[in-house]
Amino acid sequence: MSLVVQDLVIEIGGRRVVDGISFAVPDGARLGLIGESGSGKSLTALAVLGLLPDGAVASGSVRWNDRELIGLSDRRLAELRGDEIGIVFQEPRTALNPVRTVGRQIAESVRIHEGLGRRAAAARAIAEAERVHLPDPAQIVRRYPHQLSGGQRQRVAIATALACRPRLLIADEPTTALDVTIQAEILELLHGLVDRDGMSLVFITHDLAVLSQIATDAVVLEHGRVVEQGPLSTLLTSPASPVTQGLLRDATATLWRPGGAA
Amino acid sequence: MTLRRSSGTALRRSSGTALRRGSGTALRQAQGPGGGQGSSRLAWLGRLWGLSTGRFGIVVVALIGVVALVARFWTPFDPQHVDIADRWAPPGWPHLLGTDGSGRDIVSLLMAGARTTVWVALGAGLVATLIGILLATLGALTARWIRESVAVLVDILIAFPVLLIAMMISSVAGGSLWVVILSVGIGFGVNVARVTRPELRRVLHSDFVLAGKASGLTPFQNLWRHLLPNVMPVFIVQLSWGMAVAVLAEAGLSYLGYGAPPTQPSWGLLLAELQSYISVHPLTVIWPGLSITLTVLGLNLLGDGLREATDPTLSRRGSEAEMHQPAVIA
Repeated sequence: MSLVVQDLVIEIGGRRVVDGISFAVPDGARLGLIGESGSGKSLTALAVLGLLPDGAVASGSVRWNDRELIGLSDRRLAELRGDEIGIVFQEPRTALNPVRTVGRQIAESVRIHEGLGRRAAAARAIAEAERVHLPDPAQIVRRYPHQLSGGQRQRVAIATALACRPRLLIADEPTTALDVTIQAEILELLHGLVDRDGMSLVFITHDLAVLSQIATDAVVLEHGRVVEQGPLSTLLTSPASPVTQGLLRDATATLWRPGGAA
Repeated sequence: MTLRRSSGTALRRSSGTALRRGSGTALRQAQGPGGGQGSSRLAWLGRLWGLSTGRFGIVVVALIGVVALVARFWTPFDPQHVDIADRWAPPGWPHLLGTDGSGRDIVSLLMAGARTTVWVALGAGLVATLIGILLATLGALTARWIRESVAVLVDILIAFPVLLIAMMISSVAGGSLWVVILSVGIGFGVNVARVTRPELRRVLHSDFVLAGKASGLTPFQNLWRHLLPNVMPVFIVQLSWGMAVAVLAEAGLSYLGYGAPPTQPSWGLLLAELQSYISVHPLTVIWPGLSITLTVLGLNLLGDGLREATDPTLSRRGSEAEMHQPAVIA
């Protein structure tokens, strides 16, 4: 269960926005993709699942369990999405459908991939809501997204992404839109769930401090190219490139440390 | 009198709200854990009833539906029965609303006309829905050149007034109710498409559609679960307006001779026949006119109420107030 990205190129209207990125995520690894905005990190994540917007073309190689994903039909990709690879987006306010209840959205992938009926899916939604520590899960699954706080919505998004127990979770700046205390809670939750399920994690962020709490390795991107990659401890103690040094300077302080109190 | 009426309304409204809240909570509790998704499927009906516009719309539309259904099997008199001896009878017994210039019973004519109205409103609504969703979907979700061509086509079609379409169809196929249904259906379907298309485009680029795709939804499932429910409010308003216009158009087109043939009972025909006697028998003209007005008003209010009742984001303030209330009290 490993993800290997090799010479990934993404072009939008002839312009190379991602220019030959390579990295590997072995089973159970936690890799961070880090870079300033516009460095191509989110597009890379979308390309893995074949979710690039219209007009963006990916070439190169993305192999998931020795299966080439680039050029795979949308139908085959849909079978993988949510089932083997889950994704959490940055903005919890817009990532949930405003006119469907939270429970239906959590259970969506389960209904598709495991063929669960309406009733079983509703029960499953409550279990999944409990798993991400949403308060009063039996009630909250009947609410609509606008009735939830930002942190709760991000928990719903995480529950949605993990409902089918994917082997790889891609988290695209899942804490950026949240305030610092909620950020720490979400990081702790992700940390715990990734640990418990033993899945791999690709964590995308521009914040080295956030990344240091959840990932073990990192790939530093700038203008669609890899400028540095390796174990996070090395990057933190002896950053080789000026980009990493800049990120280190800009890193914010956060409250939570793995295994320790605030 | 006014005072009593207003207090009556206030009473009814408050009891309606109480009923809505009460039934909502009861439903929620009865569902228990596990079967939670059913409550949201029925809750909109309660919300619709709780709105004064929605309630008025339901009552009027249901009334006309029932009348049309009854008229299918029974009317007090044969609506086409001519009795010259009994022409221009004033309201009374046995002709409750009197008779017209040929001695036909007006109640029976109105009831039979309701059938035509319901048939036209439903038919035109269905045609408009099909055309509207088809054109909006084609115009929003397909490859660029297809959707741009569809947009241009819609813009061209929208330039044709319903009346012109009706005249074109009736010149080929002759005057019938189908002309009304098709012309209003096409005319309004195009309108619906024009309003729904940009909404679909907007929703298409939202994150939750991407998230749905990331959960493994196929494009069709995504359309059904995420895109269409989010354009429903816009769609419902357009459709109810379209159905109301269909009622008006049937009356108008029948009046002009493009719609119902003279043998078909229709409010528009009745109005056309009676209006030349408006100075002599003003009372008789009121009834078909009132029926048309009431139906159009009922459909519009029902559409308004439906939009408000089915859009959960509009009930935000109420539900949040409900959410926070216990905490405040505790």
